[in-house]
Amino acid sequence: MFVLVEMVDTVRIPPWQFERKLNDSIAEELNKKLANKVVYNVGLCICLFDITKLEDAYVFPGDGASHTKVHFRYVVFHPFLDEVLIGSIKGCSPEGVHVSLGFFDDILIPPESLQQPAKFDEAEQVWVWEYETEEGAHDLYMDTGEEIRFRVVDESFVDTSPTGPSSADATSSSEELPKKEAPYTLVGSISEPGLGLLSWWTSS
Amino acid sequence: MEVKDASAALLSNYEVFQLLTDMKEQRKESGKNKHSSGQQNLNTITYETLKYISKTPCRHQSPEIVREFLTAVKSHKLTKAEKLQLLNHRPVTAVEIQLMVEESEERLTEEQIEALLHTVTSILPAGPEAEQKQNTSDDVTMDEEDPA
Repeated sequence: MFVLVEMVDTVRIPPWQFERKLNDSIAEELNKKLANKVVYNVGLCICLFDITKLEDAYVFPGDGASHTKVHFRYVVFHPFLDEVLIGSIKGCSPEGVHVSLGFFDDILIPPESLQQPAKFDEAEQVWVWEYETEEGAHDLYMDTGEEIRFRVVDESFVDTSPTGPSSADATSSSEELPKKEAPYTLVGSISEPGLGLLSWWTSS
Repeated sequence: MEVKDASAALLSNYEVFQLLTDMKEQRKESGKNKHSSGQQNLNTITYETLKYISKTPCRHQSPEIVREFLTAVKSHKLTKAEKLQLLNHRPVTAVEIQLMVEESEERLTEEQIEALLHTVTSILPAGPEAEQKQNTSDDVTMDEEDPA
């Protein structure tokens, strides 16, 4: 689920923090910059693991702060393909089942990846697995808050950095609201034996 | 900012749990330093991740347990990713093993799957839910002994 990512960055320490130990200031600045943020094509950054190398710190003319090039390793949430994870159902919609891990929310299980046959109950807004046995069909509901085991089948990164002002269509862009897209989304699947709500597979 | 290596190492949930708990202790000891400013993101993600991992069996692991587990499963010739998933999830049924180990029907015989399950359940500590079940069953036995 979590990987270690080696990164290099230049950290700026303002003069009023010079009395603190350099390592502590740098750790705080890196966490302030990266914690709980998604880095494009890398994943969701959690926290600093360690600092591997500190290069010389420079002070540039016109700016009293010191700039230090830092080599460090960061703990990043980036599940590998086909990894099995356990999350909780946030809700259901016609697009599929939305799952959350608490610290990461943008996981979707599309209708075609649910245990088949499945149907969407419009009245209660939940997806239902119509499980057939010799006795008859059981309707297994996927309710909000239930723990669910799923497999990661796809991930997508969207670059949400702001684009510059567009020269043409200045009036139309001010009327439309910018679409809020999640920078990092996972697509899951529960179409295998053992996947789905934990209560479906526990024999107690 | 430059990313030198996007996958330098895989971390188990226990290692991340340990790191975040140690970091929380250190920050508590060093006193309140600017709680409301830029530290808010770090606080949020630390709290949520700790909450998630605390609900899994990983919170009771230790470096010795992990080492013992890895030596015990060496004979089954599992890939790194498979061993990591077994460590993070602690499967108790054969179905769960089939999910985490690729082509388990071809690579492992039934006895090997049983042996693997036994290794997992005996070496790795159970999660918080299993502890709750144990507590309730203990209460029942205590009541039966009281009248005697």
